[in-house]
Amino acid sequence: MSALGSRLRDALRERRFAVTAELSPPRSADAEVLRRGARVLHDWVDAANVTDNQGAMVRVSSLAGCVLALAEDVEPVMQLQCRDRNRLALQSELLGAGALGIPNVLLLTGDHQRFGDHPDARGVFDIDSVQLLWTARTMRDQGKLLSGKTLKPPPAWLIGGVENPFAPPLAFRAERLGKKIAAGAEFVQTQYVFDLPRFRAWMEAARELGLTSRCAVLAGVGPIPTLRALERMQQIPGIVIPPAVEQRLRGVPPERVRDESIAMCAETIAELRALPDLAGVHIMAFGAEALVPEILERAGLGRRAHARENEHVG
Amino acid sequence: METAVHESAAAGANRPVPTPPRLSLPLALLLQRLLRPQRLWYALAVWLEGTPWAYRTFTAIEKTVKGGLFGCRMCAQCALPSTAYACPMSCPKELRNGPCGGVAANGDCEVYPGLRCVWVIAYERAAGAGRSHDLRRLQRPIDQREWGRSSWVNYWRGRDAGLWSADTSFAPAPPIEQPFDTAQGRR
Repeated sequence: MSALGSRLRDALRERRFAVTAELSPPRSADAEVLRRGARVLHDWVDAANVTDNQGAMVRVSSLAGCVLALAEDVEPVMQLQCRDRNRLALQSELLGAGALGIPNVLLLTGDHQRFGDHPDARGVFDIDSVQLLWTARTMRDQGKLLSGKTLKPPPAWLIGGVENPFAPPLAFRAERLGKKIAAGAEFVQTQYVFDLPRFRAWMEAARELGLTSRCAVLAGVGPIPTLRALERMQQIPGIVIPPAVEQRLRGVPPERVRDESIAMCAETIAELRALPDLAGVHIMAFGAEALVPEILERAGLGRRAHARENEHVG
Repeated sequence: METAVHESAAAGANRPVPTPPRLSLPLALLLQRLLRPQRLWYALAVWLEGTPWAYRTFTAIEKTVKGGLFGCRMCAQCALPSTAYACPMSCPKELRNGPCGGVAANGDCEVYPGLRCVWVIAYERAAGAGRSHDLRRLQRPIDQREWGRSSWVNYWRGRDAGLWSADTSFAPAPPIEQPFDTAQGRR
């Protein structure tokens, strides 16, 4: 039985192949977009990441999105980045997540404001992602703020981070994962895996450092449903799309790009499942949550345990 | 895309722009050995802090020297000895614990294409000298009140002692609110 609030934790603890997906908040005051996305994901994911002004674009806040997801019985992962907030605001947001029963947080540096819709904004970057992970773990396990002030009771979320195995310096990327684990990360989600050999090499390096037994790694995957999306993703810093992937998408008629990319994504998941140390996958569909069930079905990953239990009850 | 004019304007406004160090690592390490805390430097630091005009002059010299060599922006909590003397505060995100996930495939900074990511530089310099484990140390958050002060004075007075961890094995870190070396608290 997976109660809401421990689905991801249980999946990771029991070493079931976990599935998370991104739930992108809208650039509007419309709650229905999030509710609809949450309902689509409900049966298929252990938890859904609610992004935090992703791409440095203003959106409904992650905390608000998490509350909407909870109301749809979808377990949220609250993303929180260091670009928009100083150490006071970061800690208060984390406490807010604790108070609202948000069971998972994912802590990251954040895209630079240069890439978003407010390039004229001041970036904060008061602390970095490793320091934020470390702060969160101290808040939860020691019941202390960065200032040393006591938290009673402390929050209880599962703490996650991110890593990009594909960005230089490649030889340092497993070590950077090690720093995040030392600081407090219990799970990490990676950047899009399009280059499987490189991903395997990174996993191998992490294994040699003894890291994969200390932290659940969820490989980031996602479809590239149109050629426009391909061109857009090629512009995003840190996403590496090998020529073979581009050739395959450009090799089919435009109306078949969507299907081809879903097939590719499902194939990638199937290959990733063969990696012994991998804890799961994280699907990033950039607001196209509707594609997620189809991808998972094709990859042979059925509905999650909590959805199957509901079938019996209903 | 940023132009050279924009980059120098940003640097002139003390905004972070990735800056390759102008000093080789062996030379920097030699200099570090000379400046290592000792009784003489401690006494100088105490005198400087008690003598405003001297502190101002000294800080201006430090800014000129370290600005020219490392692109120093005077955060006053120098990380250079732990980063192969590539300044992490010249990273546009001021990341002190390693590179962000946006580094371009060619090693350029995502914010300033054409300029190399300082963490790529740090890693290459450190690995080239067999010191890449230095970059594994956990760096604590800096005290933002210290900007503009002398990092040499802070260093000689022992205030930097808790800035980064000694551990390079990825062991679970102690709580973040405690300095690594509790004997040497910051002001």
